[in-house]
Amino acid sequence: MDNYKKNKRKSIVAWIIAFIFAIFWMIVSIMPFIFMVLNSFKEKFEMLVKGVFQLPDALNWTNYTEVLTGGFTTYFMNSVIVLAISLILLLFFASCASYPLARFNFKLAQPIYALIVACMSIPVHITLIPVFRMAKSTGLYDSIWALIGPYIAFAIPISVFILTSFMKEIPREIEESAEIDGCGKIQMFFSMIMPLAKPGLATLAIYNGVNMWNEFSFAYTLTQSSANRTLPLAIWEFQGQYSMNTPMIMAVLTLTLLPMIILFIIFQDKLVKGMTAGAVKG
Amino acid sequence: MKEKSISLLALRQRNTRRVAALFLAPVAILLTVFVFYPIVDTFITSGYQWNGISADKKFIGFGNWSKLIADKSFWIAFKNNLIIMVLSICIQIPIGLALATFLDFGGKKLTIFKVLWFIPLLMSSVAIGFLFTYALATNGGLVSTIAGWFGGGNIDLLGNPKTALLTVILVICWQFTPFYMVYFMAAFTNIPFDVFEAARIDGATRGQYFWRIALPLLVPSMKSAAILSMVGSLKYFDLIYVMTGGGPGTSTELMATYMYKQSFKTFNMGYGSTVAGGMFLLITMVSLITMKLLNGKKEA
Repeated sequence: MDNYKKNKRKSIVAWIIAFIFAIFWMIVSIMPFIFMVLNSFKEKFEMLVKGVFQLPDALNWTNYTEVLTGGFTTYFMNSVIVLAISLILLLFFASCASYPLARFNFKLAQPIYALIVACMSIPVHITLIPVFRMAKSTGLYDSIWALIGPYIAFAIPISVFILTSFMKEIPREIEESAEIDGCGKIQMFFSMIMPLAKPGLATLAIYNGVNMWNEFSFAYTLTQSSANRTLPLAIWEFQGQYSMNTPMIMAVLTLTLLPMIILFIIFQDKLVKGMTAGAVKG
Repeated sequence: MKEKSISLLALRQRNTRRVAALFLAPVAILLTVFVFYPIVDTFITSGYQWNGISADKKFIGFGNWSKLIADKSFWIAFKNNLIIMVLSICIQIPIGLALATFLDFGGKKLTIFKVLWFIPLLMSSVAIGFLFTYALATNGGLVSTIAGWFGGGNIDLLGNPKTALLTVILVICWQFTPFYMVYFMAAFTNIPFDVFEAARIDGATRGQYFWRIALPLLVPSMKSAAILSMVGSLKYFDLIYVMTGGGPGTSTELMATYMYKQSFKTFNMGYGSTVAGGMFLLITMVSLITMKLLNGKKEA
């Protein structure tokens, strides 16, 4: 019984230490956000005069209104358009490719699959110069349309990887019975496989959606004028405009984070699962 | 009769191949145009001295490559990538695992911690880069203010070549630790509950359960987490480009930032391609070696 008490005491001490660490990490995690939101409501000099942790004099929305009227919506819409088109095409193409790789029996299936999956570790930077030159020569440079191709292409490997393993788990019998009923391979894809793969597609939409929404390298290289830039570059553009006005930049940052926070509140577990989908490989 | 059935099979197979080709075509085209062709093209361009735009394109063979091998800045960049890689693995994975363990042992009551810990991962690297540039500002920044409370003066973490790299690495860890936390939480749920129950019935404390049972079971997950972190660290670009641009000096230069600056700032696209090619080769090599090492250990 003495031993039991000792263990009990030890476990309480362990929990206290764990909680101290947990609270410390929580402070570390959210401190920058508090800094960001708090200062986004301040006036230009208020922050410098009164220090970063002072509450603002009043809830001062002028930074936000100025950002929102200063072209923020253009960046936002650009991001939405690029994301929507890229994501729809990506999911369609990736499921098209995964279907034969998962369900057909042909000699090249394994090598093709291995080749596509191997592309996962290719750094985007090796393609940056040629893609930049292609965009220049096709006249797509400095338009949001230049981003769609590379966005889809670089999301394909992981998507095919996940969808193929997902489609492999659809029971064979479903396909067989449909085949007996005279369903062709193409019809099978649209009427059976695609609907059954929906959960996999949802995960992929979240994973790739977040990545595309935050993508920087291609967007920075392939666009130039602020009318054609996406949201991650908005901060860049605003910084050029208001370099000394820290509260203004904080307002921009808060606004770029806001859509993600809203999604996080609505789809918490799905989002968390989707965002780490890339790591599910063993 | 027999002949006909064979031809029917052949017909079916041909049909299968045709449908497969049709379904694979879009992906094949996209990967060829945006991945395979650019890789080949980068290696071809690396043989030229060229600014990428003008017609003045001079073939210099392996000139750029011998320049790369002798280029101190490139090797400093590679070394920085390796430092980021090692420190990221050593910081993110243990903290991520600790957080996941805490949440796993604590159960549903601790969800609030999970939610708050996860938030850094929601922000884009670019936004984080900007946020920390301001939060770490010498004047009126977060760290300087906190140092002030304890009687310290202003601290310039990013402007000092000695501390810049470490600071940037800590920011990277701040961003990605939640990823590993969620990753290990999933790994914990993969351990059957029976294992935990059996251990408890046999009188194991939670601590013993963690160190002797859960931890060994999590080793494969830790290995793949390490690979993920490694590949990510070698490709790293966004955050550092925003925060320091590789500076001060070359103290936070990475292969990717060096490549970007060579190609798109000084418009030295021939040499930029060589840097990109070198980066590609080094990443492939390091990945292959590590995977071999980790998989080799698994069998032993």
